[in-house]
Amino acid sequence: MITFEGVTKRYPDGTVALDDVTLECPTGRITVFVGTSGGGKTTALRTINRMVDPTGGRVLIDGGDVRDRRPAELRRGIGYVIQHAGLFPHRTIEDNIATVPYLLGRRKKDARAAARELMERVGLEPGMAKRYPYQLSGGQQQRVGVARALAADPPVMLMDEPFSAVDPVVRAELQDELLRLQAELRKTIVFVTHDIDEAIRLGDRIAVFRTGGKLVQVAAPEELLADPADDFVAGFIGQNRGIRSLSFAGTSKLRLRDDVVRPVTSSDTEGLDWVLVVDEKRRPLGWARGADVDGSLADAALAPVGPTFRPGTDSVRVALDAAVLSASGLAVGVDGDGSVVGVAGGTDLLEGPR
Amino acid sequence: MTVWNQIELTWAWLTASAQWHGEDGIPHRLLEHLYYSGVSLLFAALIGLTLGALVGHTGRGGFLAVSVANIARAIPTFGLILLIVVIDYSIVPVLVALVALAVPPILVNTYEGVRGVDPDARDAARGMGMTGWGVLWRAEIPIALPLILLGLRTSAIQVVATATIAAYPGFGGLGRYIIDGLARKDYQLVVGGTFLVVALAVLVQLAFAALRRLVISPGLARAS
Repeated sequence: MITFEGVTKRYPDGTVALDDVTLECPTGRITVFVGTSGGGKTTALRTINRMVDPTGGRVLIDGGDVRDRRPAELRRGIGYVIQHAGLFPHRTIEDNIATVPYLLGRRKKDARAAARELMERVGLEPGMAKRYPYQLSGGQQQRVGVARALAADPPVMLMDEPFSAVDPVVRAELQDELLRLQAELRKTIVFVTHDIDEAIRLGDRIAVFRTGGKLVQVAAPEELLADPADDFVAGFIGQNRGIRSLSFAGTSKLRLRDDVVRPVTSSDTEGLDWVLVVDEKRRPLGWARGADVDGSLADAALAPVGPTFRPGTDSVRVALDAAVLSASGLAVGVDGDGSVVGVAGGTDLLEGPR
Repeated sequence: MTVWNQIELTWAWLTASAQWHGEDGIPHRLLEHLYYSGVSLLFAALIGLTLGALVGHTGRGGFLAVSVANIARAIPTFGLILLIVVIDYSIVPVLVALVALAVPPILVNTYEGVRGVDPDARDAARGMGMTGWGVLWRAEIPIALPLILLGLRTSAIQVVATATIAAYPGFGGLGRYIIDGLARKDYQLVVGGTFLVVALAVLVQLAFAALRRLVISPGLARAS
């Protein structure tokens, strides 16, 4: 666990970057620091590995004051990922990744072998090991940055806006990748971003900083959305707070309808606007408009099923998304084998969370 | 006298067996020349690399160092030699003048190279637990190497060309031929000596091209 005890950073010119910040970042969890620029979130992160030393208060890692340790030695035990990756242009990808193992005096051969394993873990082709950073895309460079931070298997990782400089599609991929890795590795991660969506997506806990280095609220994402501490936090979270909070509403208690599901062999569409046509294993084939069906459903024109959701696993937000994109306005719920469990409409979905 | 004629004369001079032994022979003069150039360059490199790297790494005193280096460039080497030879008649003033000539390009390029390292790479190096020296040695210098080598090459060629002035106060080197030739109006000698100096400068250039391939990371190829 990383503990901030009344941490203050005041620069000689009088600027206050951190104002009496007290906070805990639990072990094995992702704590996200968000806030406006100049809010002190990056400064806060940098006090953990002593890139910045506070002028007041203490930062503890598992109870030990970071200031009792030499900066270089402390940092070798903490993963560090920054915005533009900051790879070394003169080193190959594998040697970039092996930076900290080399500093720790590991043998070159072992460090490189470990680097190659890590490359696979973060989704990089092993063939890239001998390439140089300039030959990689921004997203790939950032993956190398993550692998480099993981190389010495540190329990703590500091990530300072690591995905801010890549395009939204790649960013989403990298976020997924991080969550997948975190599910395996269970590191204590401190993640800085100015993007509230990213914070909600990744954070187990979110700490909101305001200009002047004040910590305004620390809460789990769902709590933050449901109950912002003040107008600043509410404003920062933005206008889609209600929709966003559906990401945390489960679909396990949702009542699903089965009455519109018809096997492809059937021809019964009596009184229905839309029917969901399924095969013999109940896998969805498409939507048929009741009025257009004349005879067997096998011959009917089908509208695509579109996205589906997994009841009990996916959030209401995913289900709602599926409903909006569905031809019939109904979200199709499927089980692990892709067989239809039932369908739900928009109003059914919104009843649960309320 | 036609150009061709001149080339023939130079060739005759270069290949005359008398030129290849004795104190005034080409091997001996060449060694003297290389010795003066090498020693000057070595000291210049020590001074220029150290100061340039430290100033670039700490980011302090950069303006001062570059200004002094640039002003030093304006000092006429020949004048410096005359001045110092009057004070102390030995090879040392010549070497001092050559060092003064060679330091600025090395210092300025090293400084610019180290200072120009991507701040993100530097931050990452520090954040991963490199010490100040580690950052300089493992990141800043290797990344700045293309510029550093360029500075060394510029200085080396200048020194090799300028070391001819060692002959003026009488310390030999390839400049001997030029100065003697001028004094005796023996232009065969002047052109022959000049040819040797130019050839040496070209060799230095080639040596640096080879060195570049050897020591500069392919990862920096595009950046320079």
